[in-house]
Amino acid sequence: MRYFIVLVLVLFTVTANAQDWEDRKVFANAPTVQKLRILSSTDTSFFEPIIDSYLNDNPDTEIEYLVTGTAAIDDIFRTTPKDFDIVVSSAMDLQLKLVNDGYATRVDGADHPSWAKWRQSLFAFTLEPAAIVINKAAFAGLKVPKTRQELIQILRAQPEQFRGKLGTYDVRQSGLGYLFATQDARASETYWRLMEVMGSLGTRLYCCSGDMIDDLERGDILVAYNVLGSYADARAQNGEKIEVILPSDFPTTMMRTALVSKSAPNADAAKNFILHLIRSQSGDQGDGANLLPPVVLNPGQQTITLEPALMTYLDKLKRQTFVKEWERAIIQ
Amino acid sequence: MTDGLRISSSLQKRMMVTLIAGAAILAIILFFIVRGYAAKIAQDGQDNILGASVSSILDAAVIRDGTVEVDFPYASFSMLDTDLDDRVFYAIYQDGELISGYENLPQLSQVRGTQSVFQTLQFEDNQVRIASATRTLIGARDRTEVSVSIAQTQDALSRTLNRISRNVAAFGAGFFALVALLSYWATATTIKPLMRLASSVEKRGPQDLSPFQKEVPAEMVPLVSSLNTLMGRLDQSLTQSEDFIAEAAHRVRTPLATVRSYAEATLQRVSKKENRAALRSMVRAIDESSRAASQLLDHAMITFRADHLQKERIDLVDLVQELAVRLAPIAEMKDVEFNLQNDPSVEIHGDLILIQNAIRNLIDNALKYSPNEAAINIAIRSSPRPYVEICDQGPGFPPDDMANLTKRFTRGKNADGTIGSGLGLTIAKDVATAHDGALELSNHPKGGACVILSF
Repeated sequence: MRYFIVLVLVLFTVTANAQDWEDRKVFANAPTVQKLRILSSTDTSFFEPIIDSYLNDNPDTEIEYLVTGTAAIDDIFRTTPKDFDIVVSSAMDLQLKLVNDGYATRVDGADHPSWAKWRQSLFAFTLEPAAIVINKAAFAGLKVPKTRQELIQILRAQPEQFRGKLGTYDVRQSGLGYLFATQDARASETYWRLMEVMGSLGTRLYCCSGDMIDDLERGDILVAYNVLGSYADARAQNGEKIEVILPSDFPTTMMRTALVSKSAPNADAAKNFILHLIRSQSGDQGDGANLLPPVVLNPGQQTITLEPALMTYLDKLKRQTFVKEWERAIIQ
Repeated sequence: MTDGLRISSSLQKRMMVTLIAGAAILAIILFFIVRGYAAKIAQDGQDNILGASVSSILDAAVIRDGTVEVDFPYASFSMLDTDLDDRVFYAIYQDGELISGYENLPQLSQVRGTQSVFQTLQFEDNQVRIASATRTLIGARDRTEVSVSIAQTQDALSRTLNRISRNVAAFGAGFFALVALLSYWATATTIKPLMRLASSVEKRGPQDLSPFQKEVPAEMVPLVSSLNTLMGRLDQSLTQSEDFIAEAAHRVRTPLATVRSYAEATLQRVSKKENRAALRSMVRAIDESSRAASQLLDHAMITFRADHLQKERIDLVDLVQELAVRLAPIAEMKDVEFNLQNDPSVEIHGDLILIQNAIRNLIDNALKYSPNEAAINIAIRSSPRPYVEICDQGPGFPPDDMANLTKRFTRGKNADGTIGSGLGLTIAKDVATAHDGALELSNHPKGGACVILSF
């Protein structure tokens, strides 16, 4: 009998989650009357404090938090927009295109700077730079690179030390990786030179920042390019193994964004959650309980702009061209 | 004044209504023209950007190894960013087949060449503006047509238009208010000469038939000059009839005096009782006729002089005393006594002959109606305004038609048997009016008539 129940549970879980989630967690404080399904690319541990504080204020709500990659989010949500209330993703371009294509609904009453929202439907709630993360031990005795150019020089100078020990996003798999790559390429030719150098030394390609940092800590790779700064910072505080470098030549800063599905089953609660989310990430809360960096722009800091131009590299032809060029550089 | 006149709506009101209605129509026309123009400019602005975006994508199209590559710049979409984050849709076609972008975006049919064609249409529940252009690429072996369409929603545009509409509406309302004020001012100014003319007509004395000398606006010249002609004719005919009466009275009076003196002389000579009685009534009749004639003369004179007063300083006390002396013989015949009560001096500014005439007529009346051995009380006072009050001890005025007594040839019902023409009070009244004064008739509580001539 017990086995039967287990079997049913397993079957149920399998059918309900035909998708392979990176993580899936249900939050509920008490018996609940409504349910929110959040489709997200943000690791559960980083998002948990926000959900917890929301549930404290709204104990009648159950939140199902589903984590997968940014590209997968786009596919899943476009296929079944009715299954989710909120979409959270770090791939700003994919998110903006979702809004542009009419998948999102307006959330009124949000007191949010105009650069951090689009069409009153897409709301940025973090500000996160792309970082170069290095294994400290490997750089003992070497000058720590501050720019991409310096990184290129070090790699060229010590090819044997770094051969096969480099990592970056696989832009074909990761929406965020693609966003970082295209914005880098837009900013400077240095990106392509770096990719060629990395390609010539042999570079491992990753789906996610977390995996890259894991491998860095283990020493499997020594340099990871375009890692999410927020994730890396969290790890860097724990151990002494890695160092996070924000390149000073040109920083690439992305904003994590959230939207409410136009066909959300529970739109009102979802809008409430968005308001709670941007309130708790507005930076003037000061409670420090949140692990994600607030959406506060320091003087002189620039982010990837929320504008229709983000759709440029999502264009089929542009993407083909870009990926072809990227493959030519990195896979040698 | 307006009795019996058929009144249509006021000229001023009519002018104002016309002007204000005109202003309202103008303001509305202005609103639509300016808004339409602004809308066109705003739409041109969006079209320019859409066109530039289309060109930048078309420019990026190349044939490489037989396939079309369109590596368009980031700016192609970046330039489409608006305040209200308008949605952007695009499609790239090769020979009519979609190679990238939104597959259900409508293709415009009349696209020729690299110059963009624009159209506003519905797409995904939104009104979008679509720009489309095409370009021929020539490859090594073949040629191909690449066309690009970019559509953008019009949220920012309609907000701009709303703002413009609001501003233009405010501007139109302001314009309207200003014109309304101006039209009020304009009509008031235009109508002023007319009002001035009307009030100067109204202010004229009843005898004043002189032509208008004041300046009148050109449009009113026909009216005023025909009014002047009319009054001239009226004046002439009045003068003629007055002249006629005066002449007639004069002509009658002289022979009457002759007849009277003959009658008097004959009366001395005849002794037969019935002859004497007949002669006496003859003298009496002659007196009456003569008096009527002289009053007619007086009246004609007064009517004439009233229009051309020769004013001088007159002491009413002196004037009345002199009259009393002159009338003393007649008074003595009836044993009537004059009681004068007066302030030391009551001066007025007036036409001596007219006032003398008026007061003489009043005292004459009092003498006529006084019983024998009675007194006539005459008071001359300077306050509240200069006046002369003459009260007799006769039968008094018939109370029920006192108001009519000052009309020409009207005599009291109790005046039978008394000599008179019915012109005495009329003369006094006319003189009073000519001097802006008044003639009040009353009956004394203890009997007798009282007349107050005040200036």
